[in-house]
Amino acid sequence: MTDPNSPPASLSQQVKIPESISGLEPVRSVRSPIRLVYDFVPSPPVQEYLRSYSKKKILGHRSPIDGAVFVPPRGVDPRHGVLIEESVELSDRGHVGNFCVTHLPIPGRDDLDTPYVSAWIHLDGASVGFLGLVAGCENDEVHIGMRVQAVWKKEEELGNTAENILFWKPTGEPAVPIEKAGNRAWDQTNE
Amino acid sequence: MSKSNSFRDVAVVSVASHQTKILSEVNEVQLMADLISNCRNSVGVTQEEIGFTCSGSSDFLAGQAFSFVHTLDSVGAFPPISESHVEMDGAFALYEAWVKLQIGEVDTALVYSYGKPSAGSIIDVLATQLDPYYVSPLWPDCFSIAALQARLLLDKGLITLEKMAETSMRSQMNGSDNPNAVRSSKDVSFENLMNEPAIVDPLRASDISEIADGGCAIILAAGDKAKLLCERPAWIKGIDHRVDSHTLGVRDLTRSPSAFLAAEKAGINTDRLDLAEIHGMTSAQELILEKEFDLNEETRVNLSGGSLASDTMMASGLIRISEVASRIISGQADRGLAHATSGPCLQQNLVCILEGE
Repeated sequence: MTDPNSPPASLSQQVKIPESISGLEPVRSVRSPIRLVYDFVPSPPVQEYLRSYSKKKILGHRSPIDGAVFVPPRGVDPRHGVLIEESVELSDRGHVGNFCVTHLPIPGRDDLDTPYVSAWIHLDGASVGFLGLVAGCENDEVHIGMRVQAVWKKEEELGNTAENILFWKPTGEPAVPIEKAGNRAWDQTNE
Repeated sequence: MSKSNSFRDVAVVSVASHQTKILSEVNEVQLMADLISNCRNSVGVTQEEIGFTCSGSSDFLAGQAFSFVHTLDSVGAFPPISESHVEMDGAFALYEAWVKLQIGEVDTALVYSYGKPSAGSIIDVLATQLDPYYVSPLWPDCFSIAALQARLLLDKGLITLEKMAETSMRSQMNGSDNPNAVRSSKDVSFENLMNEPAIVDPLRASDISEIADGGCAIILAAGDKAKLLCERPAWIKGIDHRVDSHTLGVRDLTRSPSAFLAAEKAGINTDRLDLAEIHGMTSAQELILEKEFDLNEETRVNLSGGSLASDTMMASGLIRISEVASRIISGQADRGLAHATSGPCLQQNLVCILEGE
């Protein structure tokens, strides 16, 4: 391994160092701080979604092509590149479409003990998964198809942010059969 | 490239563009979903029939890493598509698509580019494209650098403030017929332009391009496919791009040798040019380009108002191609030159010669 304190190859014997800078520490890096400021305005579908979300309502977008429902809404059906205008209100219940047990902490989430379960939650009426944490049971009890329900933040802590749901807890309802769990609507197998 | 039979015939068959001062709540995905579907629908093709998709955009402009991936939502990448992206003006994405069509594995390509400079500070964003050791840390703004160039041209007697004002006037008058022109006026007066105070001496506000949000989408098709999709395709008879040194100090800023060379390699032939859409950030740059291309009086320059009237970083060059192609497709013109530039003081230049049959 190269000694980081020795001069770079370009400053080895082949290069004659001028008297004026000989013995000085070679320049190894240049700092040029960059600061660029942006002013983002969320698109109308995202604004509508966040405002509703702060009132514990989850909005999705229904595709004009085949009725598939996307959540969170982005104003477009990404499969077809078609704009979506129709919003639908979704339940805050669904099932675990897929999950993993994570042993790495999330920066800034000191409240979260590792290992924790992150999961694709398939909300009732939605065609795609919605990312969230599953808690309220032992990690090894979490399974694909398990019915879950949102646990929202306290009223006074709700806001126009993606952080309004603390986690998803099991409802105890019968599980969705594994062959039907997490399917996409355009496969026409979702309930 | 020069005109040669060994190249496959490739044409622009459909265009769509939109520019406005500030898009505000309309994001890049919504803007492009609209333009891309218009562009495809007008020639009746679906994304599944498009052989290759190539886009141009800037993460520095969007303020987001891999921002182009988000914009793919507006294309519909399902089933999966063959796709590429350049961190350059869309005109250079069009060049990549043209090369892909030359290879012969696909017959159609979708090219698009967009920019929303209103979300950030374009003068800061453009400072970051400069030499990262000696120039960029000084944060010179793009208009000041362009003003240094204009000052050289004036002091060497190569242009005059009057010629600059005439160029600005042409842009504003031509732009009045273009719904995408942000700065335009039918009755702009030469005296008023001459009396404007310089804001970055010697440049007056009207000498500097009007920064705008927007985007452009173009469909290319090869050979018989082009004839099938479009009654009068705008055939790409030549396309070439060249670059000058990144070091501003070694360049003669009164000239743009890369623009000259790109035009020559693209087979410009000024005797048969009905129109030219040239891309410059200042009136002075348009004057440099007219000289490099040796345009004569028969050639009508920037009928759209050009980028002076509406300048959308990452899309202005592709929009020049779109403006020439649409006039050929509609039969208003037979042969035209479209030019796109990138980098400070006309550093990189692309020239595309389009022709109807």
